[in-house]
Amino acid sequence: MNLLQIAAEEKMNPLVPPMPELIIGLVAFFIVFGLLAKKLLPTINKVLEERHAAIEGGMEKAEAAQIEAEETLQQYKEQLAEAQREANRLREKAREEGELLKAELRAEGQRQRDEIIAAGHTQLVADQKAAALSLRQDVGRLATDLAGKLVGESLEDHARQSRVIDRFLDELEAKATADATTEAAR
Amino acid sequence: MSADSTTLAFDTSCKIFVDGGCGFQAPGLHSFVFEPLFTVGGFEFNKPMLLALLSTLVLGAFFWKAFAKPKVVPGKLQMVAEAGYDFVRKGIVYETLGKKEGEKWVPILVSIFFFVWMMNLWSIIPLAQFPVTSIIAFPAGLAIMVWLIWMTLTFKRHGFVGGLKNLTGYNKELGAVLPLVMVIEFFSNVLVRPFTHAVRLFANMFAGHLLLVMFTVATYFFMNGLGWVYAPVAFVLVCVMIAFELFIQAVQAYVFVTLSATYISGALEEAH
Repeated sequence: MNLLQIAAEEKMNPLVPPMPELIIGLVAFFIVFGLLAKKLLPTINKVLEERHAAIEGGMEKAEAAQIEAEETLQQYKEQLAEAQREANRLREKAREEGELLKAELRAEGQRQRDEIIAAGHTQLVADQKAAALSLRQDVGRLATDLAGKLVGESLEDHARQSRVIDRFLDELEAKATADATTEAAR
Repeated sequence: MSADSTTLAFDTSCKIFVDGGCGFQAPGLHSFVFEPLFTVGGFEFNKPMLLALLSTLVLGAFFWKAFAKPKVVPGKLQMVAEAGYDFVRKGIVYETLGKKEGEKWVPILVSIFFFVWMMNLWSIIPLAQFPVTSIIAFPAGLAIMVWLIWMTLTFKRHGFVGGLKNLTGYNKELGAVLPLVMVIEFFSNVLVRPFTHAVRLFANMFAGHLLLVMFTVATYFFMNGLGWVYAPVAFVLVCVMIAFELFIQAVQAYVFVTLSATYISGALEEAH
């Protein structure tokens, strides 16, 4: 009751601000304000900006890395395509070279075959001539022997004999040739 | 602060069911009067003043510890302080004033918010248990300061005539009612606003403290004989009120700062 009486005596009005409190309150506030405004908030703002920059920087770095990775991928792709083209080119070249080689070999073979055939042919003609010559002599000799036996007279005169045979054979040959010619003409 | 009987707002010997009887002493205006802790040449230094200065100390220490050597990767304390700072800066100042105009007013509005909140918080901090803002002088001081800023800014931005037009809601289209509107607007803006600005905070904290004291005293008053049955009910209400006050304290600090920001934005807006 004591305090109640004091309050009543002072006729306190809760809406009338007492001066000392007003001043103390404002002083207390301005100390806080001064500290925050002059020192602490600028400091923290700087750090907040730094952090913001760091985050932005990190993002930029990540972006740069992404771009680089894409570029590298592009390069690899190009190199791969280049390598493929190169391989194709080499394969094509090899194929062409192979064909050329094949053609050369074929030509060479052809040439050798022709040579062999020609050589064979020459040989054949020579053999034929030799055979004809030897045949002519044999035939001459046999015919002479036969004629000698038939006629009963030794055809001693070799030279004459030989002439006769040759003439005979020539006639024979001429006849054969004439026959062949008439045959061909006909 | 002390349990000295001269500083208590009620008689501790008064309980229910005590022989000789004594009624419940409801808290009242006297709950907001404090004997001076000490007197220096006629200047009486009392508990609310002490708590106001302690608010400065607590806030200074907290923000110093959190922000004096800040790191890009923050510690726990810095993170909490940053969250509070960002809440006021982005949630109130940028929202009301915009980033461009608002930047300049961030420090003072942040200071007001935390200072008011801290002064409110004393209401439920053991031993202190008194919201400093329930003494009208403290919110009044801040409200007057905001009012001065607002007035200065209005006249600086718009000149004398422009400033008056801004404050009186001058609008030609109103025609004949214009003088009436101007008088009402002037009265409402210039005279009533600072008053309501301060009283809104003061009255909320005043009422909150009154309720807290009421249930606390009631709990104590019931703690005798059969009264023990009622005491827990009152005590539960004390707990509920503390939780509620915790919420109200933050809300009132928020409202006080939001209004301050709104007044400043009113001064900055273009004449229409």
